[in-house]
Amino acid sequence: MIAPTSHYLILSAVLFSIGVVGVLVRKNPLVIFMSIEMMLNAANLAFVTYSYSLGKVGGQVLAFFVMTMAAAEVVVGLAIISSIFRIRASIDVDDVSSLKG
Amino acid sequence: MLSYAWLILLFPLLGFLYSALVGRLLSRRSCGIVGSLAVGLSFVVGLAVFFEMLGMPAEARSVELPLWSWIVAGRLSVPFGLLLDPLSVMMVLIVTGVGFLIHVYSIGYMHGDDGYARFFALMNLFVLAMLMLVLAGNFLLLIVGWGGVGFSSYALISFWFKKPENASAGTKAFVTNSIGDVGLLFAVFLIYLTFGRVDYMGVFSEAAGRLPFDGAMATAIVLLLLVGAAAKSAQIPLHVWLPDAMAGPTPVSALIHAATMVTAGVYLIARAHPLYLLAPTAMIVVAAIGALTALFSATIGLVQPNIKRVLAYSTMSQLGYMFLAVGVGAYAAGMFHLMTHAFFKALLFMAAGGVIHALAGEEDLRRMGGLWKAVPGMYVGFLVGALALAGFPLLSGFFSKDEIVYAAFASQRGSAVLGALALVTVLLTGFYIFRAFFLAFHGASRVEPEVAHHMHRPGGAMTLPVAILTGLSIFGGYIQFIGGPGAIDRWLEPVFDRYAHPVPLVAGAETLQEPLMVVSVALGLVGIVGAFLMYVVFPGAAETVGGWYPGLYRLLLNKYYVDELYSLLFVRTGRWVGELLSGPADGFLTEGIVRGAARVVQGGALWLRRLQTGFVRDYALAVLAGATLVVFYLLQVGGIR
Repeated sequence: MIAPTSHYLILSAVLFSIGVVGVLVRKNPLVIFMSIEMMLNAANLAFVTYSYSLGKVGGQVLAFFVMTMAAAEVVVGLAIISSIFRIRASIDVDDVSSLKG
Repeated sequence: MLSYAWLILLFPLLGFLYSALVGRLLSRRSCGIVGSLAVGLSFVVGLAVFFEMLGMPAEARSVELPLWSWIVAGRLSVPFGLLLDPLSVMMVLIVTGVGFLIHVYSIGYMHGDDGYARFFALMNLFVLAMLMLVLAGNFLLLIVGWGGVGFSSYALISFWFKKPENASAGTKAFVTNSIGDVGLLFAVFLIYLTFGRVDYMGVFSEAAGRLPFDGAMATAIVLLLLVGAAAKSAQIPLHVWLPDAMAGPTPVSALIHAATMVTAGVYLIARAHPLYLLAPTAMIVVAAIGALTALFSATIGLVQPNIKRVLAYSTMSQLGYMFLAVGVGAYAAGMFHLMTHAFFKALLFMAAGGVIHALAGEEDLRRMGGLWKAVPGMYVGFLVGALALAGFPLLSGFFSKDEIVYAAFASQRGSAVLGALALVTVLLTGFYIFRAFFLAFHGASRVEPEVAHHMHRPGGAMTLPVAILTGLSIFGGYIQFIGGPGAIDRWLEPVFDRYAHPVPLVAGAETLQEPLMVVSVALGLVGIVGAFLMYVVFPGAAETVGGWYPGLYRLLLNKYYVDELYSLLFVRTGRWVGELLSGPADGFLTEGIVRGAARVVQGGALWLRRLQTGFVRDYALAVLAGATLVVFYLLQVGGIR
């Protein structure tokens, strides 16, 4: 017995919201990255759910795209974080505000 | 041949292009020859047109020659068209004939000048513009020629532009003429408003029907035309530029500022006579301005020390005669005097130029004297020109001036006052021109030794035109008698009787003709004898007389302080307005607006920059808020179902 579609979507929304709050409130960039990953995967879950319930594979294809993109994004992001750490000896995102107007 | 009349314009145009573009690079010497040839060829074509027109019946002697369609806008359609009629053909012959002689003379006079090619380019450009002015078949083309002569006059007055006073003399001429140009423009605007067209034939044939006699519109149009004419012809109160225009080379003074361009005002009034005849009040103004200018500038001419300035004031005075003539409706007399004046005034200028050339640029009469042996050709030329100018019997000026004096008395638009002014001017004319003559050519030499040592006679290119013009100044008056008296009146009759009735004479005026002639000749002779006594028999008498009336002498020497008055009234006021604008107005108004705008932007930016916190979190929140709003909006309009 498979749970109804709405449950999956609610789970997806809950995961996404947790991710949003994580991005907004945490200071550690690594945790922020994890939160972003959570939002992306929440979106993936929604894609797959719809794909299953509508009987079309397009959503599942998109989920793979999202995963690829997420991997690339993490690579770039981690590179930036490590070079910031090399310069400032700190990775607190609130310290990185030199573009302040 | 009539349909080839555009060749008259083509030759000077080619001459101008040659000297301006090619000649100065290839061979500067060729510019003088090509320039003279171009004007000469125009003269030949003009003669051919003249003789063909002579063979036509009088009524048919008015031919419009549209060359191409020029301005087409709505109901207005103006062709680039010429009007060939006795008046324009007469002007063409004067302009190209005298112009040719002066071009030949310039070959000698300008020899060795750095701007030789530029000089001939500008002279040809002037002739082109002047011919366009007189051949134009509508008021718009007239304006093109009018502006063209103004420009070339400016460029030639400032020809030796390295001297600041020459440059400012050119500017003065240009500015004064611009006032006239504005008057002319507004006159043409009013003509277009009234008639809906600008071609001469259409406007003149409808004039009597559309303009009420002596009405406000007719008067306004002709007075505005008069502003233009007075500026070009150096009449009071726009006369100030002409004496200063003598800063240009002497051939320029002869061609532009004596024989041709300055007569454009007279031509314009004669051309627009159907309009003037509808506004008798304005005609009184024309005649009064003419008579006053004639007297006013003759008195200034009495004391000027510079030989070219004496001739300049004489030119103004003679133009005053022409204005007087056209003001009282004696158009043919005015045109006749225009022609003879072109002969003898060009001659006087060329002879004076010969003297100046021989003295290496000396123009001051106080440093001449006894020159008759040194430059005999110029001496004879100047003498004949002076006699013709003074109205000596049987020379050209005698006939034409006599007609004007007679018309001033005898025309119904004339009056005893105008006639009296003309007669007094005759006396002054005889005096001032012979004062210059005796001071330059007779008496003891006051030439500076250094200059006297290098004195040389003018060459053939200068002497030959002087000789020809000497002949014309002697015999030019007899053109009026070819085939019976009044030949020029008969030639011009088809023009002046075509659209309007000429001004009739006062009844019984014929009896005045002979006494007036005697009186005016006598007055001219008195002037000449007076000058002879004062400057030859009793040298030094002039200083004594000047000493009796020092105030009057200074007044005349300073040209009635008109320049000072204008500088006070207009230049000072203009400066004052300029300072007002550049100071307070610019400081508060313009600067205020410009700086205010900058300050608003700056202040807004200072306020807005606070949004840029630099915290990643704030940007993320903004993205979230934006995304949320978009989603809500889409839900609201039903974009998401």
